[in-house]
Amino acid sequence: MTATAPHAPLTKAPQNAHPARGPRLPVRVLPLTPAVVLLLLFLAGPIAYCVYIAFTDLQLTGQAQESFVGLGNFTRAFGDEAFLNAVWLTLVFTVLSSLIGQNTLGLALAALMQRASKPVRTLTGGIVVTAWVLPEVVAGFLLYAFFRREGTLNAILDWLHLPAQNWLFTLPILAVSFANVWRGTAFSMLVYSAALNEIPKEITEAAEVDGAGGWRRLWHITLPMIRRSIGTNLMLNTLQTLSVFGLIWVMTRGGPGGRSQTLPLFMYEQAFQNSLIGYGTAVALLLLLVGSLFSLVYLRLLRTEV
Amino acid sequence: MALTLASRRTTRRLAADAGLLVVAAAFVLPLAWVVLSALDPHANLRVKAPDGLTLANFDAILTPEITFTPLLNSLILCGSATLLTVVCAVLAAYPLSRFHSRFNRPFLLTILFATSLPITAIMVPVYALFVQVDLIDTMHGTIFFFAATQLPFAIWLMKNFMDGVPRELEEAAWTDGASSLQSLVRIVLPLMGPGVGVVTVFSFVMMWGNFFVPFMLLLTPDQMPASVSINDFFGNRGMVAYGQLAAFSLVYSTPVILLYVLVARRLGGGFALGGAVKG
Repeated sequence: MTATAPHAPLTKAPQNAHPARGPRLPVRVLPLTPAVVLLLLFLAGPIAYCVYIAFTDLQLTGQAQESFVGLGNFTRAFGDEAFLNAVWLTLVFTVLSSLIGQNTLGLALAALMQRASKPVRTLTGGIVVTAWVLPEVVAGFLLYAFFRREGTLNAILDWLHLPAQNWLFTLPILAVSFANVWRGTAFSMLVYSAALNEIPKEITEAAEVDGAGGWRRLWHITLPMIRRSIGTNLMLNTLQTLSVFGLIWVMTRGGPGGRSQTLPLFMYEQAFQNSLIGYGTAVALLLLLVGSLFSLVYLRLLRTEV
Repeated sequence: MALTLASRRTTRRLAADAGLLVVAAAFVLPLAWVVLSALDPHANLRVKAPDGLTLANFDAILTPEITFTPLLNSLILCGSATLLTVVCAVLAAYPLSRFHSRFNRPFLLTILFATSLPITAIMVPVYALFVQVDLIDTMHGTIFFFAATQLPFAIWLMKNFMDGVPRELEEAAWTDGASSLQSLVRIVLPLMGPGVGVVTVFSFVMMWGNFFVPFMLLLTPDQMPASVSINDFFGNRGMVAYGQLAAFSLVYSTPVILLYVLVARRLGGGFALGGAVKG
C-alpha cells in the first residue's frame, strides 16, 4: 500500500470489475469525464509542459524556436547567486513564518481559547479569522502600511520610546514573515482548536488532580494526542507558505535588492523581467518538486483515511 | 482541594483572557487602519483617530472605472469558474462515492495529491502555454484554469459530503427505474445542500482573493478583476490616496467576509475546514 498514486486511466476499467447493483460501467464513468478532461487539459497539461520547458532555452520574445539545453538551466541555477539567495530566503521565510510563527501561535491561541471566557474567545477568534479571510492583496496593503517608516509599528515604538526603523528596508524578510504569520495563523488555530476539542476532558482533569503542571500536561498529554493534527498542519502551512506570491509582491516586490525575494518572486523576475521563460520554469520545476515531496508526506499522514 | 482547584481555574482563565487580548490587540491594528483610513479625509499610513468622518473616499472610488468594472470582472471570472468547478465536482463525486471500483482509491489519492501542489509554481509555464494556444488574455481561458486549480479540493470535499447521504434512498429509486442522473439531481443533491454550499463558497472565496492567476493570464486592463486592479492605486494614479485605497479594500473584501460569516454560521465555525483537511 504505497502513497504514490499511479495516474490511473479511469476509462479503461475492465467490464467485469464488480457486478454491483446500479448502472453499468460506461454510465458510471461518464460523470467523471468533465472533471478529468478539465484536470488533464488545464492542470496535468501545464505540469507536463513545465517539465518540457525547464529543459529548453525558451524566451519571451524574439526567438524563432526554442532549443533543448539539457540540464543547462539547472546548472545555471546552482551557480547563480541570486537563485541561492532566493533558496535561502525561502527557507528563512518558511521556517520563521510557517513552522515557528503560524504553527506555534496557532497552537498557543487554540490552547488559550480552551480556558478563556467566551466573549474574549469570540472576539479574538473573530479578529484572527478576519485577517485570514481577507484577500491576499488587501492583507499585503494592510501590512505594508503597518511596517512602512511612517506606519503604525513605528508610531507604537515611538510611543514606547523605542528606536524606530524602516522595517521594509532594513529587515524586509522579517516584515514579510510577520505578514504571513498575521495572515495565516487562523488556519492553524482552527485546526488545533478542532483537535483540542476532541481530547476527552477526563484525561486532562485526571492529570490535573494528580498535580501535573500546565507545561507537563501539554508535553506529556496534549501534544502526543494531537500529533496527527500537528503533522497535517505543518505540511499544509509549509505548502501554503512556499507558494506565497501576492503578499510579498505587494509589500516589497522582492526588494530592496532581492532581500525578500523568495523563489516564487525570483521565478517571476527571471521569466518576465529577464524574459528567460526556460530558466524561470526550471526554478518553478524545482519548487514544484519540493512541493510534491511535502504533498506525498501529507498523503502518508492521511493514508489511513482514504 | 476542590476550592484551590476552582480558584486556580479562575486565575488561569484570567491569564488566558489576558494572553488572548494581547494577541487580539496586535492583530487588530492593521484592520483598524483600513476601517479608520477609509473614513478619514486625511488618511496616511498609521492608525489614528480620523480627522472627522467622511464618505468622500467611497464617493471617489465608486466609479465604473475604479470599482464597478473590476468588481464585475471578478464576479464574472470567479462566478463562472465556481459554477464550472461545482458542476464538475458534483458529477465526479457521484461515481466516486456510490460505486466501488478499484480505481477509486488511486484516483482519490491523485486528487488529494493535487490539492496540495503549489499552483504558484506552474504559473510561468501556464503563461507560456496559454500564449502558444491563444488563450492568453481571455476570460474563458482564465476561467478554465481557475476551475481546474480548485477542482481537486472541490471533488475531495464533495465526495466526503456525498458519503454522508445514505444509499438506500437511491437504490429504491433505481428499482423504480430512475437513471443515475435523476437520482443524483432529485435525491442526493437536495440532501447535501449544505455540503454543496460549502464547496461553492469555498471555491468562490479562494478565487476572489487570488491575485497571481489573473495577474499572469490577463493583460488587458479592462478585463482585470479587483485583486489585480487594486495595484493601480500605487502605479498609475500618481500620489497614493491611502483613504481611497482603504475604501476600495473594504468594498472588495466585504463579499468574502459576508460569505464566510454565512457559511460559518450554518456549519459552526472554521469553514468546516478543520474537519475537511483531516479527511
